[in-house]
Amino acid sequence: MSLKFFAHFLFIFQVYISVFLLIIHLQFHFFEIAFLFYFFAGAKPMAAIFQGVGAAATLSSSPSNSFDSNNSVFSPLTSFSVRRGASFAVVRSDGILNLNPKGRRAQQLISNAVATKADSAASSSSSKPGHELLLFEALQEGLEEEMDRDPRVCVMGEDVGHYGGSYKVTKGLAEKFGDLRVLDTPIAENSFTGMGIGAAMTGLRPVVEGMNMGFLLLAFNQISNNCGMLHYTSGGQFTIPIVIRGPGGVGRQLGAEHSQRLESYFQSIPGIQMVACSTPYNAKGLMKAAIRSENPVILFEHVLLYNLKERIPDEDYICNLEEAEMVRPGEHVTILTYSRMRYHVMQAAKTLVNKGYDPEVIDIRSLKPFDLYTIGNSVKKTHRVLIVEECMRTGGIGASLTAAITENFNDYLDAPIMCLSSQDVPTPYAGTLEEVTVVQPAQIVTAVEQLCQ
Amino acid sequence: MALSYLRSSSSSSANLKLLSSAVSIRRPISTDTTPITVETSVPFTAHQCEAPSRSVETSSSELLNFFRNMALMRRMEIAADSLYKAKLIRGFCHLYDGQEAVASGMEAAITKKDCIITAYRDHCIFMGRGGTLLEVFAELMGRRAGCSKGKGGSMHCYKKDSNFYGGHGIVGAQVPLGCGLAFAQKYSKDETVTFALYGDGAANQGQLFEALNISALWDLPAILVCENNHYGMGTAEWRASKSPAYYKRGDYAPGLKVDGMDVLAVKQACKFAKEHALKNGPIILEMDTYRYHGHSMSDPGSTYRTRDEISGVRQERDPIERVRKLILSHDLATEKELKDIEKEMRKEVDDAIAQAKESPMPEPSELFTNVYAKGLGVESFGADRKEVRATLP
Repeated sequence: MSLKFFAHFLFIFQVYISVFLLIIHLQFHFFEIAFLFYFFAGAKPMAAIFQGVGAAATLSSSPSNSFDSNNSVFSPLTSFSVRRGASFAVVRSDGILNLNPKGRRAQQLISNAVATKADSAASSSSSKPGHELLLFEALQEGLEEEMDRDPRVCVMGEDVGHYGGSYKVTKGLAEKFGDLRVLDTPIAENSFTGMGIGAAMTGLRPVVEGMNMGFLLLAFNQISNNCGMLHYTSGGQFTIPIVIRGPGGVGRQLGAEHSQRLESYFQSIPGIQMVACSTPYNAKGLMKAAIRSENPVILFEHVLLYNLKERIPDEDYICNLEEAEMVRPGEHVTILTYSRMRYHVMQAAKTLVNKGYDPEVIDIRSLKPFDLYTIGNSVKKTHRVLIVEECMRTGGIGASLTAAITENFNDYLDAPIMCLSSQDVPTPYAGTLEEVTVVQPAQIVTAVEQLCQ
Repeated sequence: MALSYLRSSSSSSANLKLLSSAVSIRRPISTDTTPITVETSVPFTAHQCEAPSRSVETSSSELLNFFRNMALMRRMEIAADSLYKAKLIRGFCHLYDGQEAVASGMEAAITKKDCIITAYRDHCIFMGRGGTLLEVFAELMGRRAGCSKGKGGSMHCYKKDSNFYGGHGIVGAQVPLGCGLAFAQKYSKDETVTFALYGDGAANQGQLFEALNISALWDLPAILVCENNHYGMGTAEWRASKSPAYYKRGDYAPGLKVDGMDVLAVKQACKFAKEHALKNGPIILEMDTYRYHGHSMSDPGSTYRTRDEISGVRQERDPIERVRKLILSHDLATEKELKDIEKEMRKEVDDAIAQAKESPMPEPSELFTNVYAKGLGVESFGADRKEVRATLP
């Protein structure tokens, strides 16, 4: 009997304390009130209300074991369990109920990081109805057509043969052309890039794939000294018609070492050409032109662009390696971009058009040498330049392009060139931080507004 | 058919001595191809394969060719030494004297269709591949008549038509290139091989083992030749390599250790290696050789080794002296004739130097040629790079 009395006493005492604390915390913890209402709405007996209050009170105060033990005291008194209600909100350590609104916003940002559907560029499909495919299939088509056309073309890389390529760019090629033309290498970038260059010296046309561009840093000596310079140091005796390609750029939370942009490191190497593809049309065209070129070409692809779909022509076509692509002609400002940032720029362009601006968007495509002809004509028309790139700020493509434009077209500029690039940090793993590392469409809109004042 | 060592010295020497003393006509020894069998100085040491025999078949014409070529190479390197000290050659100059047997012996075993690629000590190998003295000296002095138009320098001699792929400055980087050459040979089913030369210093480069692994996997006809002159720049091999048995370092790849100062041993080993590589994939040859000069002209070569050591090797193992002794003992030429050949070589070298000095420096516009094929970066070509679309400003 005394035990029952003691339990009842504790209960009433507990309710008194809880209500007291609740009133004190009332102004700070509105969520608890919402919680309470939820309980009121669902609760029938008075005991349930008290239980709800008690539960809220225990949740609102700082976690301490004494209150927890009281929960177990509650349960034998009524059949109503404290844990009624599926949406038991996440409770942080300071007891504040948090329905996590920021998290939801973060989810939205990350989904925007993926490239949106390509705007049909003026130069993309011809008048003939072509066939639709994804960017990696376009690369594969280009590669296959060139391998059919010239028996000297071979492919070397990790997992390109039997596996079909880690991004499926070389899928089906090993079955079609055999092990001597599509070669699976061990994980030894320095040596297999060197071997590709040695083979190219004799006249073969290897296509060397780096599984991720960042791995080609291991082959930097071969690419810089042998690939780039042999034509010069041999007095023109040897040409190196090699293509080095691979995906790079910031992907979806791949981490710092797998999100590198190597165009800034390679751009100073004399003797190589660098191109960056951005649509299925120019991916196939650039791949074919690169293979046919007598010079060593580095083709930069982007991890997040492989699944872009576009309609491309059926007939044989090539994209000029040294030419930039006019994505959207305009009057007010020239926006120079390449690779994935093209899509961020086009997204920003939509907003800008709504705001009354008329940006001219050029995908520079050729990172070395720059197509100063197209760029120059554009600068002479608009007099304002904004460069949007995914490269690092220090020593990146944008920095070189700024210098080149200033040298050549300084008289035509009405405002200093603005350059938006990625932050000079290793790419963090956390999604929110990764977002801030690269240029977002909102920043592009702000920059254009600033530029056009 | 093959005359033994003893027989040849007894029979022909008596007749020939009689003839030469009676009538002082020059014997047409340079075209005599009667086979002579000579034993190499030391037997070959093999790893994972069967060593070839110690007896090498050669002929008097071949021996005299060896003498001639090696004397020329020696003279050329010594002349380069004086040119460097006279400041006509600048930068880096890596001299090959002492190692001539490797270049000569290798050439005797292969054809010009086989590829050779080496590092920066390349002047003599370039000569062996058919390069002229003028091309070498002009290149060393940076003149237009050089093999790379004066734009490469000492470390970048190339000769495409005789499949000599250089001439590379970065230690070890030429080995993957060499395996790539072997890959191309396999691809085009040429039945030729590639000799990728490197030094004992480069033998510790990772890319070498990577390339060897790929070559062994793909069965490429690549022969990796380690010219072990026992010093990697200024560091002795025992201080740089845990295992100085470079012919064994291929592990799964067979290897052969050769006395690199004996031109006939080199020839035998290269012949053996060529047959082996065409059937079984890569093989490593370690040439035990020695360089008299330092690593380069800026290295006196005596701070990490004693002068006694250098002169000792010169006395006992000099490649040219060995061939001279062979020729004299087989009575293929007299002492005086050999001296005349050396004088002739000296004259050739002097003439070539004089001619190279007259060659002009490259034009300033040559700075921009050969950066790209077809002079890129200045003009923008259309598709297929056939028509000029626009001239960039």
